[in-house]
Amino acid sequence: MTTETLVPFDEALTRYDPVMGLEIHIELNTATKMFCGCPTEFGAEPNTQVCPVCLALPGALPVVNAKAVESAIRMGLALNCEIAEWCRFARKNYFYPDMPKNFQTSQYDEPIAFDGWVDVEVDGETFRIEIERAHMEDDTGKALHVGGSTGRIHGADFSLVDYNRAGIPLIEIVTRTIEVPPEKAPAVARAYVSYVRDLIGGLGVSDVRMDQGSLRADVNLSLKPKGSTVLGTRSETKNVNSFRSVERAVRFEISRHAGILDAGGKVVQETRHFQEDTGTTLPGREKSDADDYRYFPEPDLAPVSPSREWVEELRATLPEPPAVRRARLQADWGFSDLDMRDTIGAGALDLIVATVEAGTTPQAAKKWWLGEMARRANESGHDIDALGITPEQVAEIQGLIDAGRINDKLARSVFDGVIAGEGTAEEVVVARKLEVVSDDGALGAAVDRAIEGDPDAAQKIRGGNLGVAGALIGAVMKEMRGQADAGRVRELILEKLS
Amino acid sequence: MTDLTRKTADELARSLASKEVSSVEVTQALVDRIGAVDGQIHAFLHVDAEGALATAADVDARRANGEQLSYLAGVPIAVKDVLATKGLPTTCGSKMLDGWIPPYDATVTAKIKAAGLPILGKTNMDEFAMGSSTEHSAYGPTHNPWDTTRIPGGSGGGSAAAVAAFEAPLAIGTDTGGSIRQPGALTGTVGVKPTYGGVSRYGLVAMASSLDQAGPVTRTVLDAALLHELIAGHDPMDSTSIPDAVPAVVAAARRADVKGLRIGIVKELGGEGFQPGVEARFNEAVELLTSAGAEVVEVSIPSLKYALGAYYLVMPSEASSNLAKFDAMRYGVRVPPAGVDDPSAEQVMASSRDAGFGDEVKRRIILGTYALSSGYYDAYYGSAQKVRTVLSRDFTAAFAGVDLLVSPTSPTTAYPLGDKLDDPLAMYLGDVATIPANLIGIPGLSLPVGLADEDDLPVGLQFLAPQKADDRLYNAAAALERLLEDKWGGTLLSRAPELEVAR
Repeated sequence: MTTETLVPFDEALTRYDPVMGLEIHIELNTATKMFCGCPTEFGAEPNTQVCPVCLALPGALPVVNAKAVESAIRMGLALNCEIAEWCRFARKNYFYPDMPKNFQTSQYDEPIAFDGWVDVEVDGETFRIEIERAHMEDDTGKALHVGGSTGRIHGADFSLVDYNRAGIPLIEIVTRTIEVPPEKAPAVARAYVSYVRDLIGGLGVSDVRMDQGSLRADVNLSLKPKGSTVLGTRSETKNVNSFRSVERAVRFEISRHAGILDAGGKVVQETRHFQEDTGTTLPGREKSDADDYRYFPEPDLAPVSPSREWVEELRATLPEPPAVRRARLQADWGFSDLDMRDTIGAGALDLIVATVEAGTTPQAAKKWWLGEMARRANESGHDIDALGITPEQVAEIQGLIDAGRINDKLARSVFDGVIAGEGTAEEVVVARKLEVVSDDGALGAAVDRAIEGDPDAAQKIRGGNLGVAGALIGAVMKEMRGQADAGRVRELILEKLS
Repeated sequence: MTDLTRKTADELARSLASKEVSSVEVTQALVDRIGAVDGQIHAFLHVDAEGALATAADVDARRANGEQLSYLAGVPIAVKDVLATKGLPTTCGSKMLDGWIPPYDATVTAKIKAAGLPILGKTNMDEFAMGSSTEHSAYGPTHNPWDTTRIPGGSGGGSAAAVAAFEAPLAIGTDTGGSIRQPGALTGTVGVKPTYGGVSRYGLVAMASSLDQAGPVTRTVLDAALLHELIAGHDPMDSTSIPDAVPAVVAAARRADVKGLRIGIVKELGGEGFQPGVEARFNEAVELLTSAGAEVVEVSIPSLKYALGAYYLVMPSEASSNLAKFDAMRYGVRVPPAGVDDPSAEQVMASSRDAGFGDEVKRRIILGTYALSSGYYDAYYGSAQKVRTVLSRDFTAAFAGVDLLVSPTSPTTAYPLGDKLDDPLAMYLGDVATIPANLIGIPGLSLPVGLADEDDLPVGLQFLAPQKADDRLYNAAAALERLLEDKWGGTLLSRAPELEVAR
């Protein structure tokens, strides 16, 4: 493989405009699969959630899952789409070992939802993303390549296929070309995926977990020279498993394409796989316009024709639109515009909602999620909701602070323990002996030693200069390794020096 | 003792109900008959004597206990090898599925089992039901009981021959372009393709999803109606299944009265290409209908000239996709490519499909793949679908003036084995009268109406009715059957040559 020359992002944009579109696959959380009655639970033993239909045994026939159609319509409505009065499934024919029927039952020119839009916000600016379509389809099985160093098919000794995923209902949401200032493209892509995650999550139709693959984003990107109207060749980047990776993948592909074009080369039309560790992409399956899926209407399924009454009933079940909800939450919480922008930017809106619901004040919830948790997310490269700590746990820890049993500083250690799986916050406090000491006997002795150790400060306090009390409190805290009740320490100092 | 193998299903059902005979006796007689004659006929790919006798014994015991049983309980049946039968091999006449034993029952199979009909075995067929002669079976052809040097028709030659050779009173066939009706015509038996969606396709290994339909293969119209009523009805496992009540086909077969019926002769389904002996018997039968009080008129459906072309685009297109699942990954034969170390999954798929499929199947997969290709779709598959719409409209118009349409079922009688094997187009032309019903989803029935003068071989007459009016077929066919048997002084099959009985 030749080493690619990358052009720095900013420089690439001086010569090229990115043309970008996004495809998002959402796994629905229906109890059963798209075309059969098999359960859909994630993580079951391989090949235990299968039947003649999803294994494509000879003679088996599909039946549409009505709940999946309902979810698709609600999703389409949430994306401001039109809902088809009549649509069909189509067969997308191609051979692949993890695809039982050797065709995917999808929709082609008659999607259930089309012509929608969403508005996403980046740095206080709103961008409209147009939705071309949202259609229903079934998922493939999952191949596991055993042996070899890469875990990929090349070099593997053998491959295993798990058909549990075969037939899981998917909705594919396809944008039109996203028209934004070039330098904003990576951030807008990230904001869009994040927005769709919140939107769909709010509908309750999917777990929308990028780390578990229930939300998968593909980035389609090409470059065209500035001023040109001729579209370049696109790459389709898959395996983008976090919001942050969406942004990184767009940036990387812009740099990579620019490098190829600058050198007079030709971009290959292909699928690329994003590499989480390096932030780069590697080539996957080569695609070409000659790929011919021989689409035709699925003759085994009756057309889907949702009545207008039903569509309106479903529209009435939609949760409040995100913009309205945000405005309401901002008012309820008393957040500034900046607070709100930071909250959304960090992907922490729903986390704060849940933390507040669990009994924490909005200010305290914001403090933890935008401070401590945002920092941890940044350092680890995980999305903020994938840190291994739940809003309920944050609320529990804040509760311990409010009860005076720990302080903010000790709380960080409690977070460490909870994330490390050492138990509940309560258990971590006990096991790590983190509880603050407010026992006057122990504190009084430490205060006495601090007064002895710093007679100057003691003298000043006696003289009415209470500002230096902090020095004595600090000394006590140091001695007690941060586990002293600072308020009580202050009171004791003032009592003793009055 | 009377020969139980010669009895109709209705006669057997009554004898069983009155306990004159037991199901075990009937089943054993048929198993013996299969053993005696199937060496010459090769109607069966798999005989399950043990399973059939066990079901028979069970039914006998339940009857002795006074249990309420289905009317056909204990009457043995043969099932075309294209329907999934749990625990019994299902090959579809293909090497591809050699040794495959389904872990589930087709809905039709499940209904047969639930009603207590002993399943004698699985019948021979053209590979994946692709063919009109049963010569495309990977396991060797079936022979016509009227003349074992000739084809029995296809693809369901096995089911038709089994019934004609008295190896079974009842059989299940499937009909995508005539595979029930044409073998019926060529073997002197009754074959019915119900309205599309009338009988569940769940477990029927698909050739062309929008055309396939399972139906009865019998020796009498009433038997066909009894079996039709048993296997029909809405199935939530088949999205194309009709939710309506099953037409009252048995009552219609018992009514058997054509007085006042308007019957249309389809002008385009006769004349050039139709054997004189076929036309002669057809015309005589129509005269009998007239004499019985039917009003017969000629009807023209000009768009029929596009039907054969449309069929041979739609059918292979759907087949090419339906047969993609046979990839050696989960079931069926797996043949690694010769001389390749460490073959990839793709290479194994390709070599297995090459080894597992016969020439006719490959021919249709190639045709269908081509017809669906980008750039050709509109001209081929798209146009063919438009023809279906036009045909449907023209038939609806025709049925506005008549209750039923009639034509010869097949342009010719049974031809010698090997005669058209190298000329697929000639073989395809034999389907001209049967395929329109599949293209537009209407029901059709083939009834034996005599022997052609030139070769003394059976001729079939086809009745066609509007969608969901299957009962009209049974009423008219039962009436004509009675008129013919009165004229002949017996059944047509009683005139078939005796088969040599092997020991």
